[in-house]
Amino acid sequence: MHKLLTDQPGARMVLLGNEAITRGALEAGVAVTAAYPGTPSSEISLNFFQMAQECDLYFEWSTNEKVALEVVAAAANCGVRSMCMMKHVGLNVAADALMTLAYVGVKAGLVVLTADDPFMFSSQNEQDNRYYGKLSGLPVLEPSSVEEAKEMVAFAFELSETLQEPVLFRTTTRINHSTAPVTLGPISPRKTKGYFKKDPMNYVTVPAVSRMLHVKLLKHDETARELSENSPYNVVTGSGKWGIVCSGVSYAYVLDALADLHIQDRVQVLRIGFSHPLPEKKVAAFLASCEKVLVAEEGEPVLEEGIRSIAQAAGLTLPIRGKGEGLFSRLYEFDPAMVRRVVAGYFNVPYTPKAPVAVNDIPPLPQRPPNLCAGCSHRATFYAVKQAAQGKDVIYPTDIGCYTLGFLPPLGMGDFLICMGGSTSTPCGFSKATDQKVVSFIGDSTFFHSGMTGLANAVFNNHNFTLIILDNGITAMTGHQPNPGVDMSLFQLSGYGRISIQEVVKALGVKHISVIKPYKVRKSIETIREALDYQGVSVVISEEMCTLFSKSLKRLKARPFMVSDKCRNHRDCVNLLGCPAFTLENDRVKIDPTICVGCAVCAQICPENAIVPLKSS
Amino acid sequence: MSDTTRLIIVAVGGQGNLLASSVLGEAALMSGIPFRMSEIHGMAQRGGVVESAMVFGNAQSNLISDGEADVLVGFEPLETLRAMNKCNPDTVVITNVTPLPPFTVAIGKGVYPPIDTILELIRGKVRTLISLDATALAQQAGNILAVNMVLLGALAQSGILPLNAEAIRKAIGAKTKPAFLDANLKAFDLGVQAAK
Repeated sequence: MHKLLTDQPGARMVLLGNEAITRGALEAGVAVTAAYPGTPSSEISLNFFQMAQECDLYFEWSTNEKVALEVVAAAANCGVRSMCMMKHVGLNVAADALMTLAYVGVKAGLVVLTADDPFMFSSQNEQDNRYYGKLSGLPVLEPSSVEEAKEMVAFAFELSETLQEPVLFRTTTRINHSTAPVTLGPISPRKTKGYFKKDPMNYVTVPAVSRMLHVKLLKHDETARELSENSPYNVVTGSGKWGIVCSGVSYAYVLDALADLHIQDRVQVLRIGFSHPLPEKKVAAFLASCEKVLVAEEGEPVLEEGIRSIAQAAGLTLPIRGKGEGLFSRLYEFDPAMVRRVVAGYFNVPYTPKAPVAVNDIPPLPQRPPNLCAGCSHRATFYAVKQAAQGKDVIYPTDIGCYTLGFLPPLGMGDFLICMGGSTSTPCGFSKATDQKVVSFIGDSTFFHSGMTGLANAVFNNHNFTLIILDNGITAMTGHQPNPGVDMSLFQLSGYGRISIQEVVKALGVKHISVIKPYKVRKSIETIREALDYQGVSVVISEEMCTLFSKSLKRLKARPFMVSDKCRNHRDCVNLLGCPAFTLENDRVKIDPTICVGCAVCAQICPENAIVPLKSS
Repeated sequence: MSDTTRLIIVAVGGQGNLLASSVLGEAALMSGIPFRMSEIHGMAQRGGVVESAMVFGNAQSNLISDGEADVLVGFEPLETLRAMNKCNPDTVVITNVTPLPPFTVAIGKGVYPPIDTILELIRGKVRTLISLDATALAQQAGNILAVNMVLLGALAQSGILPLNAEAIRKAIGAKTKPAFLDANLKAFDLGVQAAK
């Protein structure tokens, strides 16, 4: 049985934040769930996917975040508790649905989880999604710890039903990927089927309807404000003339800072967990009791601006600071020592930080960036494209997935990246605005997520570029989740459809389509060369299963290769491919047989044919 | 900060750092010791660095700032050295001495320092350095992948965590697949011996 289905209220379990959130939703009786994977939220959807195979909970891998939100929006309007989860940038994709869903509202609890990523551990930006609360008019909840996340997600469902609105549940990486002991609660029975009661004058958002719905949303916002005023998640602790307002993980750093600085008796803390709408009266009363206030929040000055505006309305003129020189930064994530230093500085408390050891005598160390795996088919495709394009001035737009790593040396394949699916649309602009050749890369999952519309645009507007679709048969980057192109029998699951990328591309009107097997180096180069010579939109589909996935399915029979004594140390293998199976020993190239999977790409490019199967030697 | 112990574990993806920290978490839960842990594991499977921070005791935070680790455990010597910014002069450092050179070295983007240089640099900065060949000991225990268990043994022996070796052994039992249990416990014991 899945460990999160354990029906032992009161039991203590060590859970990852994402597991605690999943469990909290389960305890609240969530019945319909949907997601497109994205770090740091991915383990939530993975757990729902696994649990759905053991109970009547519904989970689906949706093609993108907007689709996921629309799926659960409909379910929640049939009276079934629903949830979707995504990384912060996923909410940009879903924002179109979100903004008007706020007008329509819900009939049963709907929680929309957005996992923000301060410091961008695995993201392209560190946008602060608390602004979506303001933008949409929807309530925002922000947990400060793993344990609280579990409780708060259950409350989010209740809040959603009280307000008849979806609730934004905003986490950050340090909640999602933190671990702590959590006490299990009872699992509420799930209501898995509802009924859709027609009500077009409230559901069909033509202008006349929406004008009324906006009024309703503002009423809900007023109710939310009262609930926020009285919410136990907006809580004052401690006492003193100094004040700190904080939210999310900053709360933990603030509490530790006060203890470490021995000023608990001089500072009161207002922790905001129900952060939109702000509890104006509670904040005003807090401010009135303080001489000066510090706002501790990661990301943008969302709380700070809200609090200053409350102070202005209340005629309070005390100093309120948060972001700024010598204070907190809008950049990256906080850490305990940084918060301690800012608190000490702002309230002028003596503080001697623990001195880290000097590291200036440490020589520059070789970096260890993440790399495409040994035998990764993307490496083979990048190499083939590079060879096929020799002599051409090429722009390589790329997209989001493992293959983004291809931009690193020695491959150096990746020139432009902004968002999911952008690699099918930015080439349209590049090829119009320059005379350079454009070859772009997209993975199978990203193609289904948001690549198809760009390709349709390219065909319709008669652009000129080559799109390489890197089809490794799975959503690899986030941990091998299915997508519409995946054969679900690999997961021992039936009842799924399967879409052929080649047929989609054909149906979109692409006239030059070819398929390569990237481990066949020479053939691949020839095929790509033809595609590059085509005037118009050409598509090359590179088909080879993700090596890691193949390994996890126990399908991979590794037949490692070795460098024989025919080697003349040209090092084309190392310098052009950069496979992690290569090592240097006494200035000679070796292949680590425990890492090599036997893709044989290096063997095909060695000018001396010196790389041979280990077995036959 | 007096009643807390802060542990950083650094490793290369695939070395079993996350299992090691989850064993310690389980041991803490069984021993009734409060703890919090935070990990960065987005690229673990792509050969990047995996770092876990564990805070035992009554702190609310689960991150460890520069200079604030009480103990640093490195599964790979270069990564131990790279994490020295987390240490202060009182930090106890426990490191494996068998290198896993990053691919950047093979493509000529950097030189892997000699192991002796790495150990000298670390030794010169902190009160205590415990270095051991965890890779060889794991092999000796019958499972080359048990480097993590060897280092847990050395960590237990150092006595710096509020957890005793017996609790950690029990947690290994709870977290390990039966087929690997004997080798893992043997690896743990070899780590304990090596750190004596």
